[in-house]
Amino acid sequence: MPDTAVITADRLTKRFGDFTAVDAVSFEVRKGEIFGFLGANGAGKTTAMRMLCGLSRPTSGNASVAGCDVYRQPELIKRNIGYMSQKFSLYEDLTVRENIQLFGGIYRLSNARIREKTARLLEQLQLEKQAGSLVRSLPLGWKQKLAFSIAIVHEPAIVFLDEPTGGVDPMMRKEFWTMIYGAADRGITVFVTTHYMDEAEYCNRVTIMVDGRIEALDTPARLMQEHAAGSMDEVFLNLARKAKRTE
Amino acid sequence: MTPAAVRTEGLVKQYRTKKGVQTALNGISFTTSRGEIFGLIGPDGSGKTSLFRILTTLLLPDAGKATVNGWDTVRDYRQIRQCVGYMPGRFSLYQDLSVEENLAFFASIFEVDVQKNYELIRDIYRQLEPFRKRRAGQLSGGMKQKLALSCALVHRPAVLFLDEPTTGVDAVSRKEFWEMLHRLREQGIAILVSTSYMDEAGLCDRVAMLQNGTILAIDTPDGIRKAFRRPLWAVKVKEMFRLLNALKTEPFVESCYPFGQHHHVVLRDGEDRSAIDTLIARGGYTDADVRPIHPGFEDCFMQLMK
Repeated sequence: MPDTAVITADRLTKRFGDFTAVDAVSFEVRKGEIFGFLGANGAGKTTAMRMLCGLSRPTSGNASVAGCDVYRQPELIKRNIGYMSQKFSLYEDLTVRENIQLFGGIYRLSNARIREKTARLLEQLQLEKQAGSLVRSLPLGWKQKLAFSIAIVHEPAIVFLDEPTGGVDPMMRKEFWTMIYGAADRGITVFVTTHYMDEAEYCNRVTIMVDGRIEALDTPARLMQEHAAGSMDEVFLNLARKAKRTE
Repeated sequence: MTPAAVRTEGLVKQYRTKKGVQTALNGISFTTSRGEIFGLIGPDGSGKTSLFRILTTLLLPDAGKATVNGWDTVRDYRQIRQCVGYMPGRFSLYQDLSVEENLAFFASIFEVDVQKNYELIRDIYRQLEPFRKRRAGQLSGGMKQKLALSCALVHRPAVLFLDEPTTGVDAVSRKEFWEMLHRLREQGIAILVSTSYMDEAGLCDRVAMLQNGTILAIDTPDGIRKAFRRPLWAVKVKEMFRLLNALKTEPFVESCYPFGQHHHVVLRDGEDRSAIDTLIARGGYTDADVRPIHPGFEDCFMQLMK
């Protein structure tokens, strides 16, 4: 049971013209796992993630996400996942409450369920007083915590986080990662990209992409051991410096 | 005696908004010298950008004063603009000019010859050469950053201001960027650089840790680490989330934060590691590993923030 794969990618490939952005990558992500997806800018992370989210059709290879096939069931995938990125997550000119209601509606929760979820989220995040404030007026760290809670408001099988924590203070990042641990503990699989190599060390396993291929996939501890490195930063530099692609 | 590169005394900046007065800078004082890389380390909203805008004469302080290269930021703004380079946090070159047009444009504003100062930017600009006909808006993040740095250096400034130059930049480009800064320091350029990456603090000669417009500490990276003083424990088990929740409620724990593969734990005075060992044994945690460690910048920052 704990080893059930919720994401399977098998020689997944995406080409744009004669440029191979993602080059036959294969991996499995298990239920409840925190899976880190690392790579330099231009390594192919975003393209790979877009295929897994049902937003981009692969050129070849296979993948299934939450039991759905990326070619045949992209709409079903979108219903079974949550997504958050630093660039896009919430509507700044809607209030906190309106954002929760909007996303609850998009994910087709019943009105009763939305009411219940709204009350619970506001309480957990201690945002009751700000429920009627525009999201724009919240500090960045609060926005990100709210965005994460909303991305999993429908209790998806998997949540995709694309560089979720840029620019926030260390205390907020800790609280954010504690929320991620909590979600994983409830069985939500977390697929996360980050530029903070110290954050890679929170993941159960990480992949490192270089020039469209997966160059490493293991637990942070084993990768550090294998590369005789003191940190994931060193492991990453070791591998990413081999890149031939200029962005 | 050569003047300080940057000197600030009790700088205050407030913004009046509908919600009342927001204090961006609350009495900032520090001095940096020539050939020094001085880091402003602090999260989003700590006041870094307001400070940069005052020092580059783009914003007036409400109280206090500042000098750059000996010039007063209010009275002598003309002289300051001649002798500083500024790379703002947001990309602010001309997107529809090409790489070489942007560089030529900045050189002409400062009335300098690109060729004459080429030595200074050669290492950086050489990587852009293959793209010199490309419009700046079409460059990748890392390339934009290199072009912005070239443009900020084209007039050989005495003081270089870099506002979060590495935010959103991958680890490889970040490392290259810091190598460039160390070479510029050798050329005698004073550098004031802000970052929200705690690990970059260690690459500066001295740092100021900033939060909510206040300086929490100014010191060398080593000095900051030594000031931590308390024993710090790294704890790892298989059941990390359960352990985190347990440690946070234990009376013997002063603070406990997740740090990747470990939790970092500071114990209350008079407690020792046996308290942690007992908790782990009693809670039935598996694969336990408890060891004393030296604090990193993030540990120091968290302690200063309290």
